[in-house]
Amino acid sequence: MNYIRITNHQTIPVSDIPELDYKSFFELNTGFIIDHPERHCVNYFGYHEDNHIKLICCIADDETHEIYVSSCCTAIQSKLQAFTSKLLCFEKFEREIHENFGLDFIDHPWLKPVRYAFNRADKTKTIANYPFFKIEGEELHEVGVGPIHAGVIEPGHFRFICNGEQILHLEIQLGYQHRGIESLFLKKKSILERATLAENIAGDTVVGHTSAFSYLWESLCGYQASRDMHFSRILALEMERMAIHTGDLSAVCTDIAYQLGSSVYGRLRTPLINFMQEWGGNRLSKGLIRPGRDQFPFTSGLAERIKNIFDAFEPDFNEISDELLKLPSVLSRLERTGVVTPADVQEIGAVGMTARMAGINRDIRTSHPYSLYPELNHEPILKHHGDVYSRVLIRRQEVNQSMAYVRDLLNQLPEQTTTNTELGKPKANSFTLSMIEGWRGEICHCAITNEKGDLVLYKIKDPSFHNWLALALSVRNNEISDFPICNKSFNLSYSGHDL
Amino acid sequence: MFDNLKIVFHQGKQFIPDVTTAKVPGIYRGRPIISGVQVNEAELQGLCPANAIATKPVSIDLGKCTFCGECALRFPEKITFTTDYKISTNERERLIIKEGDEKPVEVNPETVRREIHQVFGRSLKLRQVSAGGDNSCEWELNAAINVQFDMGRFGIEFVASPRHADGIVITGPITENMAEPLRIAYDAVPDPKIIVLVGTDAISGGLFADSPAIDRGFLDQYPVDLYIPGNPAHPLTIINGLLDLTRKKELIRLIHPV
Ligand code: SF4
Repeated sequence: MNYIRITNHQTIPVSDIPELDYKSFFELNTGFIIDHPERHCVNYFGYHEDNHIKLICCIADDETHEIYVSSCCTAIQSKLQAFTSKLLCFEKFEREIHENFGLDFIDHPWLKPVRYAFNRADKTKTIANYPFFKIEGEELHEVGVGPIHAGVIEPGHFRFICNGEQILHLEIQLGYQHRGIESLFLKKKSILERATLAENIAGDTVVGHTSAFSYLWESLCGYQASRDMHFSRILALEMERMAIHTGDLSAVCTDIAYQLGSSVYGRLRTPLINFMQEWGGNRLSKGLIRPGRDQFPFTSGLAERIKNIFDAFEPDFNEISDELLKLPSVLSRLERTGVVTPADVQEIGAVGMTARMAGINRDIRTSHPYSLYPELNHEPILKHHGDVYSRVLIRRQEVNQSMAYVRDLLNQLPEQTTTNTELGKPKANSFTLSMIEGWRGEICHCAITNEKGDLVLYKIKDPSFHNWLALALSVRNNEISDFPICNKSFNLSYSGHDL
Repeated sequence: MFDNLKIVFHQGKQFIPDVTTAKVPGIYRGRPIISGVQVNEAELQGLCPANAIATKPVSIDLGKCTFCGECALRFPEKITFTTDYKISTNERERLIIKEGDEKPVEVNPETVRREIHQVFGRSLKLRQVSAGGDNSCEWELNAAINVQFDMGRFGIEFVASPRHADGIVITGPITENMAEPLRIAYDAVPDPKIIVLVGTDAISGGLFADSPAIDRGFLDQYPVDLYIPGNPAHPLTIINGLLDLTRKKELIRLIHPV
């Protein structure tokens, strides 16, 4: 076989990944996806190996629950036929490889740098004069926004081409948040250093990224997490989902000037994140999750606290949500605004909530199940219109769903069995892939070790990497004044994307 | 309309009456206390992921600490974190907590620039710039203006344009790619103006201090008026820091006499 099938969180020897010539590599991976809507690319990256570049492509199959991994070695000066010439979902992966290694991809629409990384191949290109798409025309004008935006948010540059008030095209340039995290993963050697790095990838997805790192690291060290560790992680993941969705509902209300919703959702988020602090000492769950450890054992006292918090939260959350979703002035702003069609979502390989809002059932909790999710019998919530309304509905319903899961978990508090052993050295010459369904969607971390068991590659993919293009497509033919609600309804990560 | 009123009624009172004395629930990692107990100092120093611990005598630099809590978990007899969230100050050295220190971290009124008290004592408008922040401090800055913490009641607000601002609030270690936009934003703020650093990343570069992707040259050029530590900084740390800096504590006492 010219590829290897692995499952989520599995470690294999690097030498088990078949190495193909580029033509077969191209045909294999594009062939996997063409006419197979149940498959998508979860990671595609390169790294230096001796004097060449090794490319590794990971395609997830949601029906077989497997990931198909294959590789290819290529010279640094290569010119390669772009996967993107057949499938748009590879567009950004190939841009990233081009940016980092200078590999040329033939028939790629535009090999524009993704984030102007400090270790990019061509240093003459800088973010200050990034190239952008232009349309000439008497009636058209350009609106540039950023990198610093009006609110207290992260930086990114948005360039709109408008016809009057209507947006024809939006180009999003990111990279302003680039801190070189992937390189730091190799440079910093202790588990704690790496775990703290993981929790600083995206401050709104602390649990998501630290869980992805922890499962990866444990698999790499041949360690099996105990039930109490799984319990803490899954509970924290679902709490994070609830907190962010609630906060984002507040943000959507702010942008449609529904002040009551903005205030009520805003204050409803507080008890959820304050609970995380009661449990682990940090409102955003930093410090809570560590490989090989159950850092803050979950007690029955904490279980009581959550129950009480939910009893107060639920009626108020449902009351404001019912009201929000029946106000005509609200609905007129949400419905049919910022539509991305199911075909487009499929084509760009969007993941998580952004896929589910357009009827595409993509949710790692069911497609590549891990930890306690099989016991929770998770059923992804799907919507079909791909508009702001669908995204708002998903968030509302996922809050209720996560609350039910947390209550379920609380019915069976685990015994404390973790002994907090120090994990050994990672296995030598190994490859591990770890996926977690964060609140935005699939987070994928990959690692490769050398003959000494040291990391030679750490690759992080936040769901935003796929989904920013969905935002750009959603605003087409919308009024420019609707950009803020489109943006908030996705709430994508800049730092998770820029790394 | 009636439904909306009902919802308003159901919210009850949400705001924190006195943000200077509010308690944080459960465990919280605020100002640490370092005891005189003898421990293996090299081991203690070596475990810190942020190089925040120095030895002989042991000290913790809150400007570098990511508040991961590991030192306190491993050496509970040596280090404890209190729930004291008032850890903002205008002097960088005050963020270094030494063995035996039990006094609070405070703004030193003597060294605050005169015009800050005179000009910003009753109203302070800030332009926030995220320069490589991971969005956690941005979150907490937004939380500081929500209905519970309600920083707006003290006349402190975030504004969209640097032209309307009295200073900038920087989060993040300052990436190379944000260095120039940050400088442009700062230049656009009219004088007199202040610089506030929020979060460990902004104060020292944090975990990213030795990353080649950051460029902290901006901070060599301009004086910093307030350091607000944390990862992320707690809204109460932010509000108390800003109030201390602009000396509005007196005003709060008038509103909520103790
Ligand atoms: S809490 Fe601060 S000082 Fe202690 S180990 Fe963590 S980063 Fe270092």
